[in-house]
Amino acid sequence: MPVVQVEDVHKRFGAVEVLKGIDLTVERGEVIAIIGRSGSGKSTLLRCINGLEQIQSGRIEVSGHVIDASGKGLRDLRKDVGIVFQSYNLFPHLRVGENIMLAPRVVLGVSKAEALSRARETLAEVGLAERFDAWPDNLSGGQQQRVAIARSLAMRPKVMLFDEVTSALDPELTGEVLATMERLAEHGMTMLLVTHEMAFARRVATTTVFMHQGRVWEMGPSERIFGSPQTPELRQFLGSGLK
Amino acid sequence: MIRQFTESEFLFILASARWTLLLTVMAMLLGGLLGFLVALARTSHLAPLRVLAAGWIGLIQGVPVLMLLFLSYYGLSLAGFDLPPLIAATVSMALYASGYLGEIWRGSIQAVPWQQWEASSALAFSRPQQYRYIILPQAVRIAIPPTVGFLVQLVKNTSIVSIIGVVELARAGNLVNNATFQPFKVFGTVAAIYFIICWPISLLARRLEGRLHARRAG
Amino acid sequence: MGFQFQFQPVLARTDVLLDGLWLTLQLSGIGILFGALLGILLAMLRGLAGRPVRLLVDSYVEVVRNTPFLVQLLIIFFGVPTLGIRLSAEQAALSAIVLNLGAYATEIVRAGIESVHKSQIEAGLSLAMTRWQVFRHVVLAPALARVWPALSSQFVLMMLSTSVCSFISVQELSAQAANIESDTFRSFEVYILVTLIYLALAILLRLLLAGLGAVLFPTGSGLGRLRGQTGR
Repeated sequence: MPVVQVEDVHKRFGAVEVLKGIDLTVERGEVIAIIGRSGSGKSTLLRCINGLEQIQSGRIEVSGHVIDASGKGLRDLRKDVGIVFQSYNLFPHLRVGENIMLAPRVVLGVSKAEALSRARETLAEVGLAERFDAWPDNLSGGQQQRVAIARSLAMRPKVMLFDEVTSALDPELTGEVLATMERLAEHGMTMLLVTHEMAFARRVATTTVFMHQGRVWEMGPSERIFGSPQTPELRQFLGSGLK
Repeated sequence: MIRQFTESEFLFILASARWTLLLTVMAMLLGGLLGFLVALARTSHLAPLRVLAAGWIGLIQGVPVLMLLFLSYYGLSLAGFDLPPLIAATVSMALYASGYLGEIWRGSIQAVPWQQWEASSALAFSRPQQYRYIILPQAVRIAIPPTVGFLVQLVKNTSIVSIIGVVELARAGNLVNNATFQPFKVFGTVAAIYFIICWPISLLARRLEGRLHARRAG
Repeated sequence: MGFQFQFQPVLARTDVLLDGLWLTLQLSGIGILFGALLGILLAMLRGLAGRPVRLLVDSYVEVVRNTPFLVQLLIIFFGVPTLGIRLSAEQAALSAIVLNLGAYATEIVRAGIESVHKSQIEAGLSLAMTRWQVFRHVVLAPALARVWPALSSQFVLMMLSTSVCSFISVQELSAQAANIESDTFRSFEVYILVTLIYLALAILLRLLLAGLGAVLFPTGSGLGRLRGQTGR
């Protein structure tokens, strides 16, 4: 059974239709990269899968939870879907460890000891075990983003969404975040990522989706998408984007 | 004998608002003058002046307006002046305003980017010229919204001078309430008049602030 | 000038001043505590409830902020008993203090809540928190931390304003000053002394609130950049 199933999803902002009937399936353990120009709807699609944006029609199913236009059952779905944002969005009033422990404690209701062990475990996973007591603002952007990843992982999600997570980072800091994500992929995490890092997508993603004008324009194994693009739009995108 | 709250009582209260307004205007003018000097002293390059002004602001903002009123009232009479209460009231309100306006305007002067000082120094402006032509014109724009906002505080605080016998709004309400004993009607009327004076000023202050922020952002 | 300061007659009445000081402290302490709680509660309610509630809260805030504390005090002191509710002067004073501070605190906390960026709320929601959980754990603490200085100033102002309660013969510090004044006729000395006591109270309260802020919101350098952490 697929972890994520997107069927004919339409999304409008006012009069502008941003998603014009998206179909997408993500199997367990798959890593899917979504590429495309800004405005192609790729970030919106990711936000819809987490229910941060409401869809007008169509259906999204994530590990058994269904989102439709009614927007019910969101919280159960979000327990299984982690999302990491471009702007990290750590909670500035909580220390790193507390940032991670908060949601397991109040949402899942796990014991403090359990939350603590999850926080230590996930921090170690992103290579920041020693920063447990740091304040978010005292971390570099790359470290903050890795904490944000750990915060999502502590909820033990079935799938992780990454929304241009390196776009706000200085070039020398993107490497550590990408390495963290690559390690997650190797450990079998199901991942869906919107990214501008073409080399990373090509190397790590099993499947790459090219979105254009609110549609899935072309998709397939990453090697083929990057190696022999079929449509002129993708060829042009790769030509201009891959300098 | 208990009287009714009739039109004449209402008009009595309404007419007393002129003293509230007069007191506010006088306190604003006098307090503004003094507050301006405080703000200049507070941003002076002479350390003793800065300390003095900071002390004045700390003092005024650290004591009740009621105490300023009593000190003015008894202090003036001790100094040998036999003056009507309205003068003591004006003096106390002006002292009060000077402490708050001084601080508001200090902030406005310091909100002007320091490069403006540097740039004007480089053009050989003297210190007074810098204030006159470069700094104050910019500070005024920043100062207007909070100054208008403070006006509301001033109007409201004039109510306490009723205790030394100035028959402004609050005192008029008290007199009428003693005669009619209809506290909700009487003080409701008094409150409504204050509100009618203060609310438009509050709204104006908020709008000016919004406009200032919009201009700064853009 | 023939006037000579004579503080002895005033200092002989220190016990009376201490009584007044104690009542001022009680009025201020209890008033600030409940006023702040009321403000937080209403700001929360305003954020979570629908339009009618918001309108109601806003009206309360505007009415209180645009009328004098003295008039509010008089309405409660003279008005409430005509409804058949017995109310001592101290109770009237305390009610007026809480209602007055509550309105200012509502406005301040509301501004703090609105300064928390939308992306913070989204981060909370995406972790499957309910709206209430997001509000409680993600929004409220940074909001309060941000507006703590403004709240503190308002608390100090309120403490100073308790002096107005002497108008309805609540025997707090300034009322006791008036008592001593009418006994000793050393008006200027009494009020200088009491003014200095208020000044000391204000300074102490500011220090106390600053310390409390450091304990309650120990966020390192974090909150200054709350607004900055938004991405583009």
